[in-house]
Amino acid sequence: MEILNQISASLQEGDTAAVAKLTGQAVKQKLAPKEILDRGLIAGMNVVGQKFKSHEIFLPDVLLAAKAMYAGMDVLKPLMTGESLPTMGTVVIGTVHGDLHDIGKNLVAIMLRGAGFEVIDLGKDVPPERFVDEAEKNSAQVIGMSALLTTTMPVMEKVVELAKDRGIYGKTKIIVGGAPLSADYAEEIGADAYCFDGISAVERVKDLTGAK
Amino acid sequence: MRPSVRFLTDELIQKIIDEARSLLCQLGVEIHNDTVLSLLGDHGARVDQAKNHVWFTDDIIDKSLKSAPDSFKLYDTLGEEAVDLSGFNSNFTPGSTAINILDAQSNKIRRPLTGDYVQYAKLMTAMNHIASQSTAMIPSDVHEKISDSYRLYLSLMFCEKPVVTGTFTIEAFDIMKDMQLAIRGSAKQLADKPLTVFSACPTSPLKWSDVTSQNLLDCAQWKIPVEYISMPLSGFMAPVTLVGSIIQHTAETLSGLAISQLSNPGTPVLYGGSPAIFDIRYETTPMGAIGTMMIDCAYNEIGKCLNLPTQAYIGLADAKQLDAQAGLESSMGATLAVLAGINNISGPGMLDFESCFSLEKLVLDNEICGMTSRMARGIEPKEDFPSQPLFEELLKEQHLLIADHTRRYLKEEIYFPGPTIDRANRSRWQEEGSTTLSERAHREVERILGDYKPVRLDEKTMAELIRLMEAEAQRYGMDGLPRAT
Repeated sequence: MEILNQISASLQEGDTAAVAKLTGQAVKQKLAPKEILDRGLIAGMNVVGQKFKSHEIFLPDVLLAAKAMYAGMDVLKPLMTGESLPTMGTVVIGTVHGDLHDIGKNLVAIMLRGAGFEVIDLGKDVPPERFVDEAEKNSAQVIGMSALLTTTMPVMEKVVELAKDRGIYGKTKIIVGGAPLSADYAEEIGADAYCFDGISAVERVKDLTGAK
Repeated sequence: MRPSVRFLTDELIQKIIDEARSLLCQLGVEIHNDTVLSLLGDHGARVDQAKNHVWFTDDIIDKSLKSAPDSFKLYDTLGEEAVDLSGFNSNFTPGSTAINILDAQSNKIRRPLTGDYVQYAKLMTAMNHIASQSTAMIPSDVHEKISDSYRLYLSLMFCEKPVVTGTFTIEAFDIMKDMQLAIRGSAKQLADKPLTVFSACPTSPLKWSDVTSQNLLDCAQWKIPVEYISMPLSGFMAPVTLVGSIIQHTAETLSGLAISQLSNPGTPVLYGGSPAIFDIRYETTPMGAIGTMMIDCAYNEIGKCLNLPTQAYIGLADAKQLDAQAGLESSMGATLAVLAGINNISGPGMLDFESCFSLEKLVLDNEICGMTSRMARGIEPKEDFPSQPLFEELLKEQHLLIADHTRRYLKEEIYFPGPTIDRANRSRWQEEGSTTLSERAHREVERILGDYKPVRLDEKTMAELIRLMEAEAQRYGMDGLPRAT
């Protein structure tokens, strides 16, 4: 279907206005919203994801494409009552208590949002209780923690323990990242995954939540 | 502002030029070619035919400098402009005439074969920071008498970029010229749109052999550009001082210039060279020595003072494999060459004192060329003043990743290298196989060769190139040419 290809192509170019317009046209052509979503918007996003992974395009291109996708979804949302819009999931994220380094955490948040996740960014110097409180409050699928200092890393373990105490451990997945961390450390403290950059964070979160 | 480097003062440049002219007029040059001796004699030079010696005059040198073009361009096999050799433009071309190739599988050197050369030419099509190709290796599976023309043939058949080349014999010039005529269609079109540059090497000190002298005459006749490759060796076949070596280089290059320009005024030339310091400890001529690079940059300043486009063999390595030494020597040379504004920088792909070519190094060097080319564009304000609106956006959005300003200037301002250069964090690098530079470069070589698209020369021209080359091979007793795919 030509118009679906056009939606996909415009999305790949990050052309928000064109995606919104074309999605509207597709609706007028009586195409099913689910079909527009799957074969237009999501198909385009899949291409973007592949190109990003192979370094053909850069982060800004992905974020722009994501923005364009939301513009298309805004057109479809009112028409999809009864059908479930693909919600990727909610991630509560922050830099742990005692640590003020948030560049990496910010990048992960931006990329998760770009990939379609709802991100609740708690900022930096976040006490352990707050991670768990916010996760419970928002029914988050994932808690993400970042640390740049070896001295603040142990806070992550406290969050894991707290999640166990509150009974959300296992149900709410825990991911960790930051320069001094490693996959071994993540395993040692009981985290579900270690993410070494923004892309890997998106991949791990998708794996853990089953989101596609 | 284009960043730049200088090694000589204006005063020293003039002193060196005066001294070189004096050498040419007082000591003279040995030239083993009767036509050239007669040519110079006709223009007022004192000639001792029996000793093959000629003493230049200031008039000859002035006349030559006056008629030499201050710039020229090279065009690809389709006739499109590819290289602009003017001002401070810096272009790269691979090192040339390696007798060995570093085999990526065995990490050992061996003699290059047709298949290696074809891979090289195919690879060159994708080297986006290397504007021209060179006849980089000598294929060993053809008769040695055609090994020069055969290189050019393979280059033209598999890559559209213009070619820096040269002949090993007087006889080979004809077919190398005929192949160019086949592509351009006529002598005039070849003169209007040069396809090749021929290297011509005087023999230090102050000597021209019969072959190279004749090459200069032949190239001049067809207005084929030449690059003079003077090779003083500091402390051995040239004074140990850098200035002394530069004086010798100047004299040798001016003598070549005179032959070309008297033979056919206006012949395009490159004020080039491949000097080196002499490492007496190992009896070697290191191209990666800082002294070698300083001489290169300095004679480039002399060339620019004489209003001539320049060339140098710089940005190559003496290392035997793709190691840290190879990287440091190549990048140091390329950086200095670009800062100096050398117009044609010969070096990418080369190891081991210009004797060993590496496809993997070519891929790495392409990145070095890309980085230095970015450097040459310098730091220029774009939409940076006033800066307040952009900073307001940054403070509001908390990042500028998708800001219009970022999208407009990201690729222009920031050079992103290809996958040969490792920029991943350690974990990602580990996840992707903990690859070494050689492995990444080799992977890239294979990727590019897999994506290769044939050249767009028309079938008639291709057939004529094949006919010319096959006839040349038969002339030297070969039944046919090796299979080249």
